[in-house]
Amino acid sequence: MTLYHYLILSAILFVIGMYGLLTRRNAVGVLMSIELMFNAANINFVAFSKFITPNEFIGQIFSIFVITIAAAEAAVGLAIVLLIYRNYKGIEVDNINFMKW
Amino acid sequence: MLPYSWLIPALPLLSFVLIVFFLIRSNKASSYTSIAAILGSLALSVAVLAEVLGNPQPQEFAINWIFMESFKLPMVMYIDPLTAVMVVMVSLVASLIQIYSLGYMHGDPRFARYYAYMSLFAFSMLGLVVAGSFFTMFIFWELVGLTSYLLIGFWFEKKIASDAGKKAFITTKIGDFGFLIGLLVMFFAAGTLNMAEIFDKVHHHEIALGTITAAGLLMFCGAIGKSAQFPLHVWLPDAMEGPTPVSALIHAATMVAAGVYLTARLMPLVITSHTMAMVVAIIGAFTALMAASIGLVQNDIKRVLAYSTISQLGYMILALGMGGYTAGTFHLMTHACFKALLFLGAGSVIHAVHTNDIQEMGGLGRKMKTTAATFFIASFSIAGIFPLSGFWSKDEIFAVAWEGGHYILLVVAVLAAFMTAFYMFRLCFMVFTGKPRDQEKYDHARESPKNMTIPLVILAFLSITVGWVGIPWLKHGYGSFVFFEHPHHVAPNYILMVISTIVALSGIYLAYLMYYKGSISPVKMAERFKRIYRVLFNKYYFDELYMATIIEPTYRLTEKLYKFDLGVIDWLVNFFGDFTVFLSWIQERFDTYVVDGAVNGLGYTIRAFGGGLRRIQTGQLQNYAFVIFLGLVVFILLRFL
Repeated sequence: MTLYHYLILSAILFVIGMYGLLTRRNAVGVLMSIELMFNAANINFVAFSKFITPNEFIGQIFSIFVITIAAAEAAVGLAIVLLIYRNYKGIEVDNINFMKW
Repeated sequence: MLPYSWLIPALPLLSFVLIVFFLIRSNKASSYTSIAAILGSLALSVAVLAEVLGNPQPQEFAINWIFMESFKLPMVMYIDPLTAVMVVMVSLVASLIQIYSLGYMHGDPRFARYYAYMSLFAFSMLGLVVAGSFFTMFIFWELVGLTSYLLIGFWFEKKIASDAGKKAFITTKIGDFGFLIGLLVMFFAAGTLNMAEIFDKVHHHEIALGTITAAGLLMFCGAIGKSAQFPLHVWLPDAMEGPTPVSALIHAATMVAAGVYLTARLMPLVITSHTMAMVVAIIGAFTALMAASIGLVQNDIKRVLAYSTISQLGYMILALGMGGYTAGTFHLMTHACFKALLFLGAGSVIHAVHTNDIQEMGGLGRKMKTTAATFFIASFSIAGIFPLSGFWSKDEIFAVAWEGGHYILLVVAVLAAFMTAFYMFRLCFMVFTGKPRDQEKYDHARESPKNMTIPLVILAFLSITVGWVGIPWLKHGYGSFVFFEHPHHVAPNYILMVISTIVALSGIYLAYLMYYKGSISPVKMAERFKRIYRVLFNKYYFDELYMATIIEPTYRLTEKLYKFDLGVIDWLVNFFGDFTVFLSWIQERFDTYVVDGAVNGLGYTIRAFGGGLRRIQTGQLQNYAFVIFLGLVVFILLRFL
């Protein structure tokens, strides 16, 4: 198990997340895809920390911060999604275009 | 007392301001204010005279007016015996005439305004008399001209009156212009307009003789205009269109005497420049004779008096030209009294019969006893009958001519005196004696009210007595008070006295024969000397002459100038106007299409561009995210390839 294995895993996760982010019509799915991308980043942090500075836990600490922020982001995101649902009677992302010109 | 003499003109000014701003609606208040002010001035004047009698040394007071580093223009007052006599004379006559006007102007729709003007006149005239620099004098000089204009044209509804006002103003303005140029010449020669300083320089020969003559004659032009001397005398008879008290005050007793006063003030120049003296004397003598001869045949009571005034002013100018400072100013004083009286008497008559034409009067003496009596006294005085005022002052002038050896001028003066006696008594007999020529007017005639007759009586008293201050037998008479350089003592000249009395009496007798007894028919006389009569009746055709030589050419010139204005100047102006309009039209097009086009075009372009760009903003979050990632990918590719 070398650093590359971790990096490849994280890249796959990230790309899946990105694909989901760009293609899902369901807002909840979009949020979930974002979680995937966060976690890809977390894997990177931990992997780099483990292989480059094995004696310090910098990457791990960072990933804990990221998880915290992801939780907060998910809460805010879900709240927005709920409000959108109430106003638009649906959470299809392509219907949400009030930020248009 | 003397330093406060500025109050003498200031009081009437105050009254004028009060009337104009506060009292114009109240006839009573305004007339009483005006009379109170002039009586105050009279009291002050008498006080000044009393003080000057005690100490006749000339005194000067200056009020700073325009005051700069390099240029000082103070209002200067100069009080000497002549000033003192003049202020008393002016304020006395003005007081009496303002009181008289209470009756004469009664019921006039502009009664209050009349008193405002009267006050303004009193202010200007008194200011003129106390002025101690020619500049100050000139200011007041113009002010009296203005009030004269206002009062001649007081009944401006009558075109003839407003025309007369204009004529007076313009004619005197010609003289005033000469005065002004004279002032400038004097200022450049002497560096000052202060009388005392100028006369000091003249006395010490610091100014060239030619300059003195030129400046003096130019300044004398002002006197010619104001005192209605030949050739600017034509305005005074027309000025009779004003109210009669105005004629009495302004056009007989005071304002027209301003010219004589100015000439008297110029005495040092007259003495120095022989040429100037000769011009002054000849103009005076000619005017005296000419005006008296016109007076012989006029039928308007006021016009006869107007020509008489011109003639008497000519006398004074003549006296001054011969160096008779005392004689000229003495006659000025006595003349003010009896001429004011004559005019007020005439006013009283006009008030009674409502006409100026003596051919419609007659026999009025039976109905208007006071007026007739006073009028006769004044006539005797002006004719020079012993011992009335006119006798002494006229005799003084004859004596000056005699002593100076000016025999031709003396003959002219005596001849004028004869005519004066004749026309005055022609007037008296035609108005007050004989049968009424117009029965209806005679029946309506009544004696004037008390406030008119009392001033007549006072003036009659003065006409008799005021000359007594100059009786030649007096040791300390007028001549030892008002004099130039040396006290003036003319020894009583019995030959002249007899001659002048004979001349006066023969004039009166001739008038008596023609207009009282009728033993010589005036009509036949007019027939016999038809040509002379016509010339005199038409006043030597002066008006016609001026009409033909000055007014008509001026009209024609102005008409030409008008056409030039219309054809050339207006055309040019219009052309440039049109051209400018055309230019602005082009500019407007340019603005609309080029400047505005550029600005708008820029706007349109930017808006179109923005319109295209805004389509990128889809509002789809996923689009944005896609672009972000695309950017990231591109970035990474660029980094590694």
